[in-house]
Amino acid sequence: MGVFLQTLFVGLRLGSVYALIALGYTMVYGIIRLINFAHGDFIMVGGYTLFFTVPLMVAAGLPAWTAVVIAVIVCALVGIGVELIAYRPVRKKGTNMTALITAIAMSLLLENLAQAIPAIGPNPKIAGTFFSTGGFQIAGVTLDYVTIYTIVISAVVMLLLYVFTQKTKIGRAMRCVSEDKGAAILMGISVNRTVLITFAIGSGLAAVAALMYIAQYPSIYTTLGSLLGLKAFVAAVVGGIGIVPGAMLGGIVIGLVESFSMAYISSSLTDTFVFLILILVLLVKPAGILGKNVGEKV
Amino acid sequence: MLKIQDLHVSYGAVRAIKGISLEVNDGELVSLIGANGAGKTTTLHAISGLVPAESGEIILDGTDLRRTPPEKIIGLGMAHVPEGRHVFARMSVEENLLMGAYIVRDKSKVKERLELVYGHFPRLAERSRQLAGTLSGGEQQMLAMGRALMTDPKMVLMDEPSMGLSPILVKEIFSIIKSLHADGITILLVEQNAKMALSVSDRAYVLETGLISMSGKASELLHDDKVRRAYLGA
Ligand SMILES: Nc1ncnc2c1ncn2[C@@H]1O[C@H](COP(=O)(O)OP(=O)(O)O)[C@@H](O)[C@H]1O
Ligand SMILES: [Mg+2]
Repeated sequence: MGVFLQTLFVGLRLGSVYALIALGYTMVYGIIRLINFAHGDFIMVGGYTLFFTVPLMVAAGLPAWTAVVIAVIVCALVGIGVELIAYRPVRKKGTNMTALITAIAMSLLLENLAQAIPAIGPNPKIAGTFFSTGGFQIAGVTLDYVTIYTIVISAVVMLLLYVFTQKTKIGRAMRCVSEDKGAAILMGISVNRTVLITFAIGSGLAAVAALMYIAQYPSIYTTLGSLLGLKAFVAAVVGGIGIVPGAMLGGIVIGLVESFSMAYISSSLTDTFVFLILILVLLVKPAGILGKNVGEKV
Repeated sequence: MLKIQDLHVSYGAVRAIKGISLEVNDGELVSLIGANGAGKTTTLHAISGLVPAESGEIILDGTDLRRTPPEKIIGLGMAHVPEGRHVFARMSVEENLLMGAYIVRDKSKVKERLELVYGHFPRLAERSRQLAGTLSGGEQQMLAMGRALMTDPKMVLMDEPSMGLSPILVKEIFSIIKSLHADGITILLVEQNAKMALSVSDRAYVLETGLISMSGKASELLHDDKVRRAYLGA
């Protein structure tokens, strides 16, 4: 029972990080049908921003985690920059394939640019602690604060995002553009502006994910976002890409698969299980758990 | 109100509109009729900026629409009910109507318009919380029209509002169009149902593979032999 509960919480913790990242993939995909391969690298940008700004916050007498505010802003700006400089011009002129290749190029560019910055360089940095260490006991299980904070913060952020997309004018505009661009334009919605806002939010969420991921695994390196981003992308696909609740659900599913396979089967096979689940879901429901299956075109 | 001069539109190598001129005066109901593929939708899309015009002029009350970003056009007082309705299927009826008023900042005005549209279309009021994607074709058409009325437009472009509807609903939609016209809204109506369109219009243009082949008073076109043979099945 103790092991089970512990594993469950680890899974939820991992899952909430994946969910936050998956949201970035899914929101951008939903609005411009692009798999933003650079999204994983926004986590890396967020990680380094945290690494460099935490000491400043602490020196100013603020808690370490407040650095996430700066990280969110930096990531949002990077997201906006990537859209403006790379994706928007390509979207006007190119095909889906050119856009995809541009996304891969942006990913490599961000990783290599980071490495070229002297203060970053090729060697990993180790972040300090963000949250108070320790934890408390429930039902014979020790839960550390990082786990609790991660789950709670993700839940709150996702709830806020949900309310934002449902109840605000900008949120509604985002849903319109993702559903029907032409009709959205006829309503007076600026597609370009809405896409920019989507990039800013998705990238901002990546910064929050970075905080929580690094709180658990403090090593920061330039390819930090590769595998993490890939797994979050898998989560988005498992839940149904383009569907916001799908990203949340997919994230949790992948987190649980990872923690349970680690605890009960083999820690070296967890990634295998993640991709196995992907294949299984795609076989049974090609559009993802919450996706609507559109009949295959012949 | 709307004046189009020598408009050309192409999709790559396909020349869809090959130089048309037309005019819609204040308060008029003008219809644009023609067979499938004649270029009616393309004409409306060019007016709304959904497809770029190659050359020619599109002027709305002195504003050059070709130089206006498409999302700004509704702010000039022209709404567009697109072919195939294009309601936001995953949003409720009321959310769709609110999106119609996206550019309206004044919340009390939005509420006022909402009541007005619900007054025009009581069926939408009954279904305000229903997802638009689950409405019937006729209800979706009413929603698309209601949505276009949310900004209190001076002019409305309507693309095949009767498409795919039962005869009873076609009648209902046309009576709504008539009452909007009676309220003073300027309308450019695109229809394949030429008989119905001509019977409610002041004037009409006949579009044939990207060119205007005939134009004139609707009542005269309704009795023209060529029009009767080609479009009225007589
Ligand atoms: N997106 C498009 N790409 C290429 N050709 C198009 C496109 N849309 C319409 N066309 C062509 O332009 C012509 C006019 O089409 P359209 O304006 O839809 O006609 P209508 O509305 O009168 O039925 C047709 O030959 C059609 O095949
Ligand atoms: Mg058409």
